[in-house]
Amino acid sequence: MCATCGCGETEPVIHPHDHAPDHAHPHQHDHAHDTRRISLEQDILAKNAGFAASNRRLFVEQGVLALNLVSSPGSGKTALLSRTVQILRDEFPVAVIGGDQQTANDAERIIAAGAPAVQINTGKGCHLDAHGIGHALERLALPKGGVLFIENVGNLVCPADFDLGEAAKVVILSVTEGEDKPLKYPNMFAAAKLMLLNKTDLLPHVEFDVDRCLDYARRVNRELDILQLSARTGEGMEPWLEWLRRGRHDALIQQINQLEADLAAARSRLIHGGGAIRRTVI
Amino acid sequence: MHEFSLCEGIIDAITAQTCQQGFSRVRRVWLEIGALANVELDALRFAFEVVREDTIAASAELDIITLPGRAWCLNCAQTIAVGELYDPCPLCGGYQWRLTGGNEMRIKELEVE
Repeated sequence: MCATCGCGETEPVIHPHDHAPDHAHPHQHDHAHDTRRISLEQDILAKNAGFAASNRRLFVEQGVLALNLVSSPGSGKTALLSRTVQILRDEFPVAVIGGDQQTANDAERIIAAGAPAVQINTGKGCHLDAHGIGHALERLALPKGGVLFIENVGNLVCPADFDLGEAAKVVILSVTEGEDKPLKYPNMFAAAKLMLLNKTDLLPHVEFDVDRCLDYARRVNRELDILQLSARTGEGMEPWLEWLRRGRHDALIQQINQLEADLAAARSRLIHGGGAIRRTVI
Repeated sequence: MHEFSLCEGIIDAITAQTCQQGFSRVRRVWLEIGALANVELDALRFAFEVVREDTIAASAELDIITLPGRAWCLNCAQTIAVGELYDPCPLCGGYQWRLTGGNEMRIKELEVE
């Protein structure tokens, strides 16, 4: 059993009902098959939401801006991240969790770019989940006061539903893909806070209507921030880096607010919870 | 195919109730799924049949209640029906609306014995 969350190694553990029946409901029924209805009203993703909340608490405690990067395969996520961490690693701590079905190639590219990285191989899984992120953090030191990039599995469908505890989803679309992807995969574009239109250096060579693409994206999510860049040439990188610096600044503010709230709560307990008595004992 | 993950979530949630609620078999599961939720219902039904095997819900029937897409249009200041996340408001033709219902993924109720 793992220490982080009490999970079994790989299979879900169904606990046998062998403890003393000390709770109120009767275990022996008068007739064998009485049926009844139980109202649950529970979100299907409640378990993932619980793990995501733990991750989010940890990120706030450590002043970490955590971002969930999502896209189709081949949109240039790893190239973008390599270039990004090369620049930012001199300003504040950065680290990367990469998700792919197989291989550690992406993590190796990030490490070569100078940032700590771990790879999660999802095997047949099509998305990262909050539980897997918790375990990845056992192998990767949190970039305290910096930015944690979580590079999700290349897939615009499934990762939309799985909160990892991130501050924001960043969806990356490249101009070599269809401009109508925001309409084809609306859940993802609706869930994202920022869209990066990548590989803009290739615009002269492809038929891609930027204005139409941005219009589609804003139909699905009118609050979406949109930046255009080329990770290859570096054009447009600066607004993205500024977006990250602002986000990191906000994460630090959030950490300070949390620390101040904790401090106020501790002081309040000292005053109202018998602090004076303890002092006389000492 | 994250429908498999969703079904594992459903089975986990049901299993967590067995001890607390004291039942030994699940006969029926009612889900509420929003019309705009990121779920393919046929895939969900298929995944449920696979994931339920060897669990307390091994013979459970799945009933899916679809909830309609609803939104609040800022221009019209009223509730509108939406079929897709990129639909314009049926009244003003704009996109200045905020989803208020239709992306639910909930386990509503169980029938147990």
